[in-house]
Amino acid sequence: METITKVTHHYLRTKKKFPNVWCAGCGIGIALGAIIRAIDSLKLNRDDVAMVSGIGCSSRMPVYVDFNTLHTTHGRALAFATGVKLANPKLKVVVITGDGDGLAIGGNHFIHTCRRNIDITTILINNSIYGMTGGQYSPTTPFMKIGTTAPYGNRERDFDICSLAKSAGATFVARGTVYHVTLLEKIIQQAILKKGFSLVEVISHCHTFYGRLNKEGTAIKMMEWQKDHAIPIQAAAKLPPDKLKDKFLIGVLWDVDFPEYCEEYDKVIAQFQAQPEDSK
Amino acid sequence: MSQNQKAQLLQGNEACAKGALAAGVNFFAGYPITPSTEIAEYLARNLPRRGGKFIQMEDEIASLAAVIGASIAGAKAMTATSGPGFSLMQENLGYAYMAEVPCVIVDVQRGGPSTGLPTKVSQSDTMQARWGTHGDYHSIAIAPSSVRQCFELTIRAFNLSEKYRTPVILLMDEVLGHMREKIILPDPAGIKVFNRMKPTVPPEWYQHFEINPHFVSPMASFGEGYRYNVTGLTHDPLGFPTSRSEEIQAKLDKLEKKIMHNVNDIVQVEEEFMEEAAIAVFAYGIVARAARQAIRMAQQKRIRVGLIQPLTIWPFPDIYMEQMSEQLEIIIVAELNQGQLIREVMRTNCGKAKIYGLNRFDGDILTPEQIFAKIREVR
Repeated sequence: METITKVTHHYLRTKKKFPNVWCAGCGIGIALGAIIRAIDSLKLNRDDVAMVSGIGCSSRMPVYVDFNTLHTTHGRALAFATGVKLANPKLKVVVITGDGDGLAIGGNHFIHTCRRNIDITTILINNSIYGMTGGQYSPTTPFMKIGTTAPYGNRERDFDICSLAKSAGATFVARGTVYHVTLLEKIIQQAILKKGFSLVEVISHCHTFYGRLNKEGTAIKMMEWQKDHAIPIQAAAKLPPDKLKDKFLIGVLWDVDFPEYCEEYDKVIAQFQAQPEDSK
Repeated sequence: MSQNQKAQLLQGNEACAKGALAAGVNFFAGYPITPSTEIAEYLARNLPRRGGKFIQMEDEIASLAAVIGASIAGAKAMTATSGPGFSLMQENLGYAYMAEVPCVIVDVQRGGPSTGLPTKVSQSDTMQARWGTHGDYHSIAIAPSSVRQCFELTIRAFNLSEKYRTPVILLMDEVLGHMREKIILPDPAGIKVFNRMKPTVPPEWYQHFEINPHFVSPMASFGEGYRYNVTGLTHDPLGFPTSRSEEIQAKLDKLEKKIMHNVNDIVQVEEEFMEEAAIAVFAYGIVARAARQAIRMAQQKRIRVGLIQPLTIWPFPDIYMEQMSEQLEIIIVAELNQGQLIREVMRTNCGKAKIYGLNRFDGDILTPEQIFAKIREVR
């Protein structure tokens, strides 16, 4: 434990930016720990890591970590990150976003960045609610659950983020939870190593708003829910369909290869560089 | 003599793209929109030939986001758009002011509001270039009036953005963008290119938003070992969010002062026959071209009228106009909108000059005859 703390502190802006904005018991800190350990075990140079985020509770993360950090406008992190990555492909670009930031206001950027297959690792922390603004329903709030703006139950359908990313063209899609923290660290590592667009959905909890509004209890109770409802993808293959009812899969759900955008653009440069200006 | 120095028949949009290349642009992100698309097309063909990058994004919001990200990663970055796209960019334009990110936004103006007149000329984004995004900030917008100036002022837009670490708007218009003129481009060796100031201190001393006597902070790029934070939240000199009133005040002061303390460098006005003029036509962009012809027609009729053509629209040439309004009896403000810059001319008028608007907003240009007729009407 002491070693892990030392590793974590090495990457935090402990002298400058603490305490943080997250509620006690929030899952985002657990996700941050997993990200740090994944980056540490990959022995990435901090100077070469750019962490880009949008707006919201999870998007506050970059401020606390000692990388090149870019806290952008609401929903636009992936578009900013695309510029960072294309301008300097040597940077390892990690985007931190949430369900509201990444899928509502940023939904268009999300599908197009998946489609483009640019080498960006996106970690989407899904707590099924807008936390920072105080508990409004989000694109992943389940049907009939309560938000402050869905006081009589959410009548909209929620997104399946991983299916969306896969359909939009992401080459690596994985899901973890803040309860299954060892798995989370492992899939984040794999996502960072993947050449191409990778998405990690992190199922987290907002006990402060979602839990309270929906009477789902404390942070611990909500993490127990994660434990009881997550099925590793390998195990799921052996289970009968009725055992999978109301459950969700965790692990690497999709991993394929497709030419990566920056490398493809470099091929264009290699072919046309040194040719005279085309003024037609 | 290089190929560039031969006489060429160029479109304003092409001259803008060529000017960007001359200024060292190496990143363009954009979204197709009439009447600016030729700039994107030209750079899509030519940026990879220079080792630069071009990307077509999913919308204009993403375009300016990618431009800002690229600039922070060290690129000289730009985008080009027109009114509807410029509206979408306002969100991240505000971010670029706040985060002090150099970049160039070309707005080839067309008629509005809304989708308006995609293929027709207008100057109705003039105020949007000053007040388009929310919050207090100070913008730089410059405006060419010929194909040659499209080339020259695009270079200037990059130089100003790099010098003052701020976005710069190049206000063109549909006619200027699509009109072709014979021009001889300057010798590349003679073109002055300004690059952003880099830090000279070690990373542990570096403050990305340092407040210094020039109000412009040196700028390290991501990946250079400085590991700073950038945010659109109001921040301290290190780039960390703050809600302390003295730090908020200092940040907003810095944004104001880095522009307003340098108006002598930023503001440029071209004038013609102004020495003894009692009447002046005030016009920018394509209208200034027509006005040049109109004042010649007036001179032939022995009407002493001069031309004031601001090359810098924002910050507005306050000092120049305050002095001029002492000398002038009449100022005709000719614009392709319902009267936007006339408000600024009225604001800077010291009370003596009579101010008349000449406005056209039906999708066509003001002709020299129309401007001449206005001169005769009001004198």
